[in-house]
Amino acid sequence: MSYAPTAPHDTQHDGHTPSGLLRWLTTTNHKDIGTMYLLFSLLMFFVGGAMILAVRAELFQPGLQLMQPEFFNQLIGVHALVMIFAALMPAATGFANWQIPLMIGAPDMALPRINNLGFWLLPPAALLLTLPFLLAVFGVGDGAVATGWTLYAPLSVQGGLGVDFAILALHIFGISSILGSINIIVTIFNLRAPGMTMMKLPIFCWGWLITAFMLIATIPVLAGAITMLLTDRHFGTHFFNAGGGGDPILFQHLFWFFGHPEVYILLLPLWGLMPHVLATFSRKPIYGYKAQVYAFIAIGVLSVIVWAHHIFTAGLPVPALLYFMYSTMAISVPLAVLFFCWIATMWRGAMSFETPMLFAQGFIVLFGVAGLTGLVLADVAADAQYHHSYFVVAHFHYALFAGGIMGVMTGVYYWLPKWTGHMIDERLGKLHFWLTIVSFNLAFMPQFFVGLAGMPRRIPDYALQFAEFNAISTVGAFILGFSQLLFAYNVWKCMRGGEKAAGRAWEGADGLEWELASPPPHHSWETPPAIR
Amino acid sequence: MSAPTFPHGRLIGKLAAIVVASFAFGFALVPLYDVFCAVTGFNGKTEGSRTVGGFSLGGFGADAGPPSRIDRSRTVTVEFTGTVMPGLPWEMRPLTFSLELHPGEMQLVKYLVRNTSARAVTGQAVPSVTPGQAAQHFDKIECFCFRQQTLAPGESREMPLAFIVKPEIGEDIRHVTISYAFFGVAPVRAAADRE
Repeated sequence: MSYAPTAPHDTQHDGHTPSGLLRWLTTTNHKDIGTMYLLFSLLMFFVGGAMILAVRAELFQPGLQLMQPEFFNQLIGVHALVMIFAALMPAATGFANWQIPLMIGAPDMALPRINNLGFWLLPPAALLLTLPFLLAVFGVGDGAVATGWTLYAPLSVQGGLGVDFAILALHIFGISSILGSINIIVTIFNLRAPGMTMMKLPIFCWGWLITAFMLIATIPVLAGAITMLLTDRHFGTHFFNAGGGGDPILFQHLFWFFGHPEVYILLLPLWGLMPHVLATFSRKPIYGYKAQVYAFIAIGVLSVIVWAHHIFTAGLPVPALLYFMYSTMAISVPLAVLFFCWIATMWRGAMSFETPMLFAQGFIVLFGVAGLTGLVLADVAADAQYHHSYFVVAHFHYALFAGGIMGVMTGVYYWLPKWTGHMIDERLGKLHFWLTIVSFNLAFMPQFFVGLAGMPRRIPDYALQFAEFNAISTVGAFILGFSQLLFAYNVWKCMRGGEKAAGRAWEGADGLEWELASPPPHHSWETPPAIR
Repeated sequence: MSAPTFPHGRLIGKLAAIVVASFAFGFALVPLYDVFCAVTGFNGKTEGSRTVGGFSLGGFGADAGPPSRIDRSRTVTVEFTGTVMPGLPWEMRPLTFSLELHPGEMQLVKYLVRNTSARAVTGQAVPSVTPGQAAQHFDKIECFCFRQQTLAPGESREMPLAFIVKPEIGEDIRHVTISYAFFGVAPVRAAADRE
């Protein structure tokens, strides 16, 4: 099963490694590529964040103050696409690139050149997605895609050139993800150190393995759907045009067949990361390793058969509603297994509260809120009221900011000493944590209530009775947004210098990556380590 | 990397096959979705036209021909409505807004459609029956939605709909709405669509 490389392919380049920009353009080193993924993700995180702060500024008061509804619509949709495809997914892939070879004792990823291509597809895709904003300034077109990230037909069939740009950008993002996923699966299957059986695989790698399989199974369906959209727009087909015998609801089915697994694609790598962090700072082994692996597999399988809970109000017949309600609720069972294992890992441990541990615990609490409010949304009877309201917005931000972004920050704070060789600034990290968790709740908790009271999402103006809660939400969002600069500063500071990190940077850390120096040498595990 | 000992080829091939299969699956969902909706009546879809024994028949199970049994023990109220989609310069309204019938009875109603523009325009009506459970028991025997309609500039036309609500319709359904959405058909596509 395992394969011991005699000559990792780029050692031969050591004599003539290009320097400067060319080094980053041509690198096939998993650590370099991982770094590029993470920095790109950080940059796009601020781009997407700036967009939504403009939106929150508009929503500070009822009425239209800063922008026209068309521009508002563009901002919310591109914010979502940037955060999902250009911030969260590349962050997780960056983790995979840095950590999977270190954790399984492999010299590099299995397909280093594909790896390079996978990264360098991202900047053009992000550029395509945001370019229409700039083109509109010069009078070309009417701005970026204004359909929301879901690109629902028939709106997207009628939209301007922003839709075409978004379709092409999504195709490129998709190809990048598929290449990355194939690389990760091949690496995990073929390059594990001798003696590392699948059930000894670090749980982070398990999380990514399931993610990668979900990606190669669902991204092509999205690619199909947006290809149909493109041909409907330009080549006279009628996939989603009822007048020509098509059906716009079909687009919703195709989109969410991808869209629901996508949520787990964003979160599974981070669910895999959590046990490592919790075990390290509780100084205990991971509780329930096997149970968590099976829960991952169960969630991966269930995720592709529940999609229609996103379109409960589109006019589905009652038997279908019931099926999708029960299957959706069934996902809470493996998720409850994960929560139980996370808490049990900490139970009676010798816990200490360094920044990564704080983020991990914040993650558990806030992601728990996301899970519980998700159960309410899965209820067909209740969903009729909650659907397309701010309740949904609050729910998925608890899942994707608290579960996604805070999960990524957990990983960055946890592994940064390994990557840079310097400990992080704990005081700054703790300040960042408390600012984040307080302002996050300030921003999103009120949205549950305005949603319940009937405020629809994706609307630039709103009824007067929602004014106070929206003002609070905007204040929270701005504190949240600007406190992320602390994070960027802390990362930069850690890259520049600081207290030297030992190989085992955290006292309780366990795993192959901690047996290497910090930072690890440019080429690591050229001789595979022996497992047990 | 391309050394003869490159050990990953088979696995990459299998994974690429999954990618291709998923892409194909996305497209396969298009006909599957139509079949699923037609068989179950989900989404209020009714079948298109079909010719049996010289009669043009529509609706689910139309092969069986018009039912001979009329259930006089109960009545069902049928309402008619219609919308002209944006981009089509037409007006439409049903000449009968609602009627009460016994399941099994054949009824004929008409819609008045008028072209308000100064050019000839072609449109296609798409029906939808609510509630969805009634869709498969709503048999259209003759319907202007079976083919595209072309109206001359300013022309008004009464368009017929002959239908039967089959006696098999559930006892609990006392109210059925049929709604037409008239879509514009681009002239270049009109010929191809008649195929």
